[in-house]
Amino acid sequence: MTQSNTSAVDYNFDVVRQFTVMTVIWGIFGTLVGVLIAAQLIWPALNFDTPWLTYSRLRPLHTNAVIFAFGTSALFATSYYVVQRTCKTTLFGGKLASFTFWGWQAVIVAAAISLPMGYTSSKEYAELEWPIDILLGIVWMSYAIVFFGTLIKRKTSHIYVANWFFGAFIITVMILHIGNSMVIPVSLMKSYSIYSGTIDAMMQWWYGHNAVGFLLTAGFLGMMYYFVPKQAERPVYSYRLSIVHFWAIISLYIWAGPHHLHYTALPDWVQSVGMAMSMVLFLPSWGGMINGIMTLSGAWHKLRYDPILRFLIVSLSFYGMSTFEGPMMAIKSVNALSHYTDWTIGHVHSGALGWVAMVSIGAMYHLIPVLFNQGRMYSIKLINVHFWMHTAGIILYIVAMWISGVMQGLMWRAVNTDGTLTYSFVESLTASYPFYFIRFVGGVLVVAGFILMAYNMFKTIAAKDGSLKPVEAF
Amino acid sequence: MDYGTLRGLITLLIFALFIIIVIWSYSKTRKSSFDEAANSIFDSDNQCDSDSKINNADVTSHIEDKKIKTNEQETNNNV
Repeated sequence: MTQSNTSAVDYNFDVVRQFTVMTVIWGIFGTLVGVLIAAQLIWPALNFDTPWLTYSRLRPLHTNAVIFAFGTSALFATSYYVVQRTCKTTLFGGKLASFTFWGWQAVIVAAAISLPMGYTSSKEYAELEWPIDILLGIVWMSYAIVFFGTLIKRKTSHIYVANWFFGAFIITVMILHIGNSMVIPVSLMKSYSIYSGTIDAMMQWWYGHNAVGFLLTAGFLGMMYYFVPKQAERPVYSYRLSIVHFWAIISLYIWAGPHHLHYTALPDWVQSVGMAMSMVLFLPSWGGMINGIMTLSGAWHKLRYDPILRFLIVSLSFYGMSTFEGPMMAIKSVNALSHYTDWTIGHVHSGALGWVAMVSIGAMYHLIPVLFNQGRMYSIKLINVHFWMHTAGIILYIVAMWISGVMQGLMWRAVNTDGTLTYSFVESLTASYPFYFIRFVGGVLVVAGFILMAYNMFKTIAAKDGSLKPVEAF
Repeated sequence: MDYGTLRGLITLLIFALFIIIVIWSYSKTRKSSFDEAANSIFDSDNQCDSDSKINNADVTSHIEDKKIKTNEQETNNNV
């Protein structure tokens, strides 16, 4: 690529391009596995009686693929891009940046092979066995060196707010990963956690919730603070609020983990602290959402013709929705109804498909033409079609899961006058079938949208340099 | 000092730090430098921007010029 020949700064965009393309590819893969397991819940025969296609093995493959393959590739791409652009310098570390790409792809491929084979540490979102965990740790440390090295050699005096969020995400995920992956290996692919009992559960959800808080929130907020103003062509609504937002969210998120362990052997006071801290989290979350959405203040008309901006702003709306829903579900009495039901699944996907995927998709549509020397994507119309398919898919998905989840919660707690349970578990499962089908249809729409995106991306890449002219704003 | 008191004091310390951060970031004297920071993603990068985006810069240059004119602005209101 020749983009850097005439540029004042010799940016390293090769690694950004690699991660950008893989984000879209892993997006298709991760959501496709999701659709397969959604279909298995309706038609169990779809595991074809092979152990490595069973729900139990494909479910962690789905979560790992969407979080670590799709989401984290998007974070690598955008953080490497934003840190270079805002620091006006090329990436630190040279070949080390390239190593993070190939190392990260190796982690993903190892996960895609070992999880269906049944190798798992059984810790949610941390299922990978110890040799893969070690590789992941090394790649992550290299990531930190590249990112912070670039910050150190920056040519600007101020560190733009997006980089603060990316930096917090990189450091915290490293600490979480190392803390929760402390194991004693007994063979090449089998290990036991050094923590036991309740402590192990608490460590797991300290990790698990902060994977949500730092990987799926802080990292993507960094993305939001660069790409929303850039796409809206307006500075962020309030830079001061973004500073308060940063310190508030990183100091509060870390305490919310116990809400995953309500009504368990975890001490009652820890559960209550977790609940209170989760509710307080509502404030910085909405502060950030308002800051992002209000960036459009005075420029709302842009939403009418810019589907990329629509992706970004609707992602913030979903972020607001799920960060209201989350604190509410962390309240112990609400959790008594919602826990272990499909409501949780609905909540997660409102955050993952709504917030994380939409902000990434918007950022990718902004980034692809810039990286491949074009004025715009191959087809703006297809972006719009993708937007509506994705939005319709999410709404079908989360509404179906809300209804199914609340119904399950009510059926499970219903008791007859003599104290016996009104419904058997199987009755609640049968009642959920129609909603599982609606969820499946929503998932198909999301995958189809991603395939459209891949087509649009490859057409943009294949087009002659500069042949796609930017659309004039009107 | 027992452990509980220590933790209570640390909580108060962090709370005080947070209030200091709020006062610091909302002080009038810092407004202009924050406006500058908020606009930094548009300014001066424009030159690199159009160059790196595309080699025959004439395609995007007039758009970039327009951007320079319209982007530079104070952050909204006094927030």
